[in-house]
Amino acid sequence: MRLLRRIGFWLALGLFAIFSIFPAAWMVITSFKQDQDLYNVANNPFKYNLAPTLHNISFLFTGTHYPIFLWNSFYIGVIVVIITLLLSLPAAYSLSRLVGRWGERSGMAIFLVYLIPPTLLFIPLYQIVTFLKTANTDWSLVLVYPTITVPFCTWLLLGFFKSMPRELEEAALIDGCSRWQTFLRVALPLSLPGIATCVVFAFALSLSDYIYAAVFVSSTASRTVSAGVPTELIRGDIYYWQSLMAAAAIVAIPLAVAYGLLFDRLVKGFQNEPAGEKAG
Amino acid sequence: MATLELRGIKKHFGSIHAVDGVDLTIAEGEFLAILGPSGCGKSTLMRMIAGLETPSAGEVLIGGQPVTHLPPRARNVSMVFQSYALYPHMVVADNIAFPLKARHVPRAEREAKVKWAAALLGIEPLLKRRPARLSGGEKQKVALARALVRNPTLFIFDEPLSSLDAQVRAMARSELRQLHDRSGITTVYVTHDQLEALGMGDRIAIMKNGRVRQVGTPQQLYDQPADTFVASFLGTPPMNLLERDGRIVGFRPEYLRPASASAAGADALRLKVRIIELEFLGAEWQVYGQLENGATGQKLLAKAQPAVAAGLRVGEQHEFAVAGAHLRYFDSATGLRIANGAH
Amino acid sequence: MARTEAAVRVGIGDREGLLGTLMLAPALVYIAALVGLPFCLAIALSLSSATIGNPGIHHFVGLANFASVLHESAFPLALRNSVIVTAATLIVTLVLATAESELLARDFRGKWFWQILIILPWAMPVSLAAVNWLWLLDSEFSPIDWILRQIHLLGPGTIWGPANHLYYYGREWLGLGSIVAINVWRLLPLATIIVLAGRTSIPRDIFEQAEVDGAGFFRVLFRITVPALLPILVVAAMFTALLVFGDMTVVAITTRGGPGYATQLLPYWAYLKGIEGGALSEGAAIALFMFPILLAVALLALRMVYRAESR
Repeated sequence: MRLLRRIGFWLALGLFAIFSIFPAAWMVITSFKQDQDLYNVANNPFKYNLAPTLHNISFLFTGTHYPIFLWNSFYIGVIVVIITLLLSLPAAYSLSRLVGRWGERSGMAIFLVYLIPPTLLFIPLYQIVTFLKTANTDWSLVLVYPTITVPFCTWLLLGFFKSMPRELEEAALIDGCSRWQTFLRVALPLSLPGIATCVVFAFALSLSDYIYAAVFVSSTASRTVSAGVPTELIRGDIYYWQSLMAAAAIVAIPLAVAYGLLFDRLVKGFQNEPAGEKAG
Repeated sequence: MATLELRGIKKHFGSIHAVDGVDLTIAEGEFLAILGPSGCGKSTLMRMIAGLETPSAGEVLIGGQPVTHLPPRARNVSMVFQSYALYPHMVVADNIAFPLKARHVPRAEREAKVKWAAALLGIEPLLKRRPARLSGGEKQKVALARALVRNPTLFIFDEPLSSLDAQVRAMARSELRQLHDRSGITTVYVTHDQLEALGMGDRIAIMKNGRVRQVGTPQQLYDQPADTFVASFLGTPPMNLLERDGRIVGFRPEYLRPASASAAGADALRLKVRIIELEFLGAEWQVYGQLENGATGQKLLAKAQPAVAAGLRVGEQHEFAVAGAHLRYFDSATGLRIANGAH
Repeated sequence: MARTEAAVRVGIGDREGLLGTLMLAPALVYIAALVGLPFCLAIALSLSSATIGNPGIHHFVGLANFASVLHESAFPLALRNSVIVTAATLIVTLVLATAESELLARDFRGKWFWQILIILPWAMPVSLAAVNWLWLLDSEFSPIDWILRQIHLLGPGTIWGPANHLYYYGREWLGLGSIVAINVWRLLPLATIIVLAGRTSIPRDIFEQAEVDGAGFFRVLFRITVPALLPILVVAAMFTALLVFGDMTVVAITTRGGPGYATQLLPYWAYLKGIEGGALSEGAAIALFMFPILLAVALLALRMVYRAESR
């Protein structure tokens, strides 16, 4: 019985893992294939029938704007994370502690903001970024991505601050801090797990966006990975499959490792457990 | 060190009157215990003294200065919380130093002060530890050190012993009191545990429903309760209360003795009591009885020395008596005490 | 002992109400400007005759855009597909996420490695994930077709034959199924994380008690785990539903709504009309059709959460 359970467990885990990485494995295999190998229906697609090649990857870095896309995605992501934290942290703290009862219950209202998806907003937002003369620049993305990240992070942090024992902050007030100092010195350090989750999510959300990036930015040099790769490597009916796959793998694999190692943190982020409460 | 004065303090949360008009004066260096059942408003009152709540009406004065609308940090009060509220992200030394840092005390002075406070409480070996790795008693000492380190004008304790084991608690009680005697800092001690209040307080204020029912020394409160609430709240077991001739008569269980064993005079109250149960408490016995004459069925409690208890059996009926000097009378309508013998 | 206390200056940092307003203001102003205002603009657009060439919203045409959009043959299909894709993704994702969180709630060797494998789909930007699946389900070179051919389920003389390929994106139901598969694949890690957060905060002694009482695995799962997870499952469901219903990336890169309008979804159709076709007003009208549906679903879900929590 016990053995049966163990087999069942590893079997189920294996199936989930295969489901998760099968497309990615195919992606990695494809990245190193030669054209004559790839485009032959008779070949076993999982084998290298011809020697693997690095040509597709070198083409990606030398023959396309991929390095620029990477850099754009990275710095836009970082700026968006910073803006998100600057807006969400004080807002969430204020809602949870300072503006009275309705603030604590505003989680639902924040969710309503999150309900308005980019697909509903991109047409008017396109007019706004045009009006602000930021259309076709990365700044249009820096400007609008927080619309996705701020409601989410505020909601997450609101739960975090609410679950923090009030007595800690009251102790700080009595120990000589103003409310603002209490926020900086006690509330912020205690919400580090929540902040870490927010950083990951804000970065992931800004990296993942396609609609705004595709609609607002048309000049190749300002595009992100998300919008740049499909447009640059799919030219009409010509798909540069190996390079496309390499482009996706180069982004996904390092991030998967990073997120995977942060997995428990991310789970905690949804659990509202302040730092140091349980850890020894 | 300073006096504390509360003038007509009220706090309303919507229609709930948590604190409903409290006047209190606490002398310099005094140890005042605020005692009451949960929900009596003592915590809210304490939070208004600390500055964590703003009163709906009334004034708080510390050292003669009105501080009603000042934030906590402008009052220089120290507080020890029930949960101790140690900052989990700092080691013990940083926890103790925190109030000094917040006041921009220079580093050298800070370190000296932390050492002094840690030595006073005997927690030097813990300085590098995180709060999560401390026992309840150790946490309490760290919280005390943090409260002491900056020479507050006023100490506030919010049930600081309630999360300790029973054995540690008795020790902690005397340590706390000694600490107060040495530092001489005016102290407000909020508790629902009457042993703490009776044992430590110079005076006790008993609260109920947002009002102070009586303020006085532990002896005054025990001997001369101002009303039936105080009488029944203080003392374990509490005062026996009986309806007699349109008023309420009260007496402590230790004065209710079998008539044969007491030298009660002519003014004594005599009662026929059926013994329901006898409980051995060590030095004495607790006797559960039922009144047989007058308000039949009323439960009574008595305490008996072993020699006396030896003559009692469950189920037997005995005559008990209380000497006239130990009887207290209360108005049956208001519950307030009336002078002995007055009708 | 008597170190005189420096007078404390009371400032903004002490005034809780004012400080609260100041701390909330930046986020509030930002959201009002870039969500509230565009939302109102979207409504105004949908009531005007604005196009990309002539984007003014002053020409009021009433509900004409809604009427014309409603009469197009694509509308019922896009609405139907959006609902089907969202519902199917939701159900499959939640079932799988509950199962997966049940596995990951345990401690086992090399857990970090499995966590990396399982979170991988979420680490890929949606558009690249869609490209990945576009190639995985390619009409000619799909390795899945190859596997099916090897085990004789596909090809001449087999049950799915006689063609050598399934043409995933070229058929109505297979196309929708593929879109659901992609969405489940990319959202499962997030849903698992959310469910796992709820799963690991169920007190352990409940499970131990059940084990002592002799309850089997599935009994524990359906009698204890799932009811206790209900509130967090609703949260996971909302996230999943929002991310699927509002997404156009997957369909834009894979089927492009085809064949015909067979796999068209509301958001992508709004994009095609509003931006590609230049009819801003009609695009906004289509997008607005999504809002009441989202709102209704969200309110329903939140009511369930509150009821479950207050029980």
